[in-house]
Amino acid sequence: MTETVTTPTSGAPAFPSDRTCPYHLPDRYNDLRDREGSLQRVTLYDGRQAWLVTGYDTARKLLADPRLSSDRTHADFPATSGRVESFRDRRPAFIGLDPPEHGPKRRMTISEFTVRRIKGMRADVEQIVHGFLDEMIAGGPPADLVSQFALPVPSLVICRLLGVPYADHDFFQDASARLIQSPDAAGARAARDDLESYLGALVDSLRGEARPGLLSTLVREQLEKGAIDREELVSTAILLLVAGHETTASMTSLSVITLLEHPDQYAALRADPSLVPGAVEELLRYLAIADIAGGRIATADIEIDGQRIRAGEGVIVTNSIANRDGSVFADPDAFDVRREARHHLAFGYGVHQCLGQNLARLELEVILTALFERLPGLRLAVPVDRLTLRPGTTIQGVNELPVTW
Amino acid sequence: MRVTADREVCVGAGLCALTAPEVFDQDDDGVVTVLAAEPGEAGRAAALEAGTLCPSGAVRVVE
Repeated sequence: MTETVTTPTSGAPAFPSDRTCPYHLPDRYNDLRDREGSLQRVTLYDGRQAWLVTGYDTARKLLADPRLSSDRTHADFPATSGRVESFRDRRPAFIGLDPPEHGPKRRMTISEFTVRRIKGMRADVEQIVHGFLDEMIAGGPPADLVSQFALPVPSLVICRLLGVPYADHDFFQDASARLIQSPDAAGARAARDDLESYLGALVDSLRGEARPGLLSTLVREQLEKGAIDREELVSTAILLLVAGHETTASMTSLSVITLLEHPDQYAALRADPSLVPGAVEELLRYLAIADIAGGRIATADIEIDGQRIRAGEGVIVTNSIANRDGSVFADPDAFDVRREARHHLAFGYGVHQCLGQNLARLELEVILTALFERLPGLRLAVPVDRLTLRPGTTIQGVNELPVTW
Repeated sequence: MRVTADREVCVGAGLCALTAPEVFDQDDDGVVTVLAAEPGEAGRAAALEAGTLCPSGAVRVVE
């Protein structure tokens, strides 16, 4: 795969770059990591510059700094692709709000994602995982792990949690993929229009009568009481639906590739299932699929690590590079399922840290355990260097993963 | 060791309840609660890790 951008002549290197391996940093990111200092200027696709944060400690400090805003509707919010431009003219869900507006809106949803609630979902998630595995095994080998397993599992899980009819999965899986993968603003806007129309109609249908799922709860307890309006609730529904399945789907595919490409680690994990929760943390650290999610804009001057971020400047925290900070993670490019890695930044940090992180952990634990049990001979059906990787401008992953067993 | 949790600041990430379940819990609204304000030796390492992991600064652990 070729790089999508070339280094501009201004001296500030281009960002982002495409991976050429599903689990290694692009060469350009290694160059950025090796530079002195924990933040530096980069050039974005539209020629604007922003600060790129590559050091772990600086990343944590900045993601917790109230002087950095998540307001993606701001004209100077750093856009890593045309797709991000499309966020500017839409009402954001809580992910795009700052304190003090952010907290009450996020809190409307957190009761569904507590550690206890997620633990209580384990039997359902196991049933879903084994159900899709049964179908895949009955129809193969070979199989496409993405469309037959990695995508449908989290898709059905988040549908049940939200109360979205899974029967509509062809529609919303396609619209979600277009929303996160469209290279330009027009494609992302069209996908967003489709999702707004679909989830808006669903929200309207939930008025009045209590139905299972978080969306019904939000309609009855928040919308009908005036604590949130329809536009913002629909935006929240899009966020939860899209983030709920695209991320875990990508993590599943890339985790399988990574384990199959590290047979010693894979064997250790299969021999001792108690290593699975730690391995999930290491996979999250190592793969960092939401690599460019940490965009911010400074609302005041910030002095950090010998640099001054000026008010109005864009800041991007890249968790893939921060997760490979050798001062925090020894031998950071090594994949080690026994590493204690829970302090990775794959879910971000600060008040916007991933709401669904414990659901993601549960899904990945169940998925990996089930794959080991049911498909001990699982292997890639094509060489890893023949896989088509998504570009660096979106959630990292593959759209197709031919496997056999 | 003394453990506190600011329920106003909490964003419900759940890392404390995941990492130190003997020391922290989440209430029905998803907000942090402290189960053991003075965790013994057994809960000490986990409480410290929870303090490090908490993304919002709600969890404070003082030696």
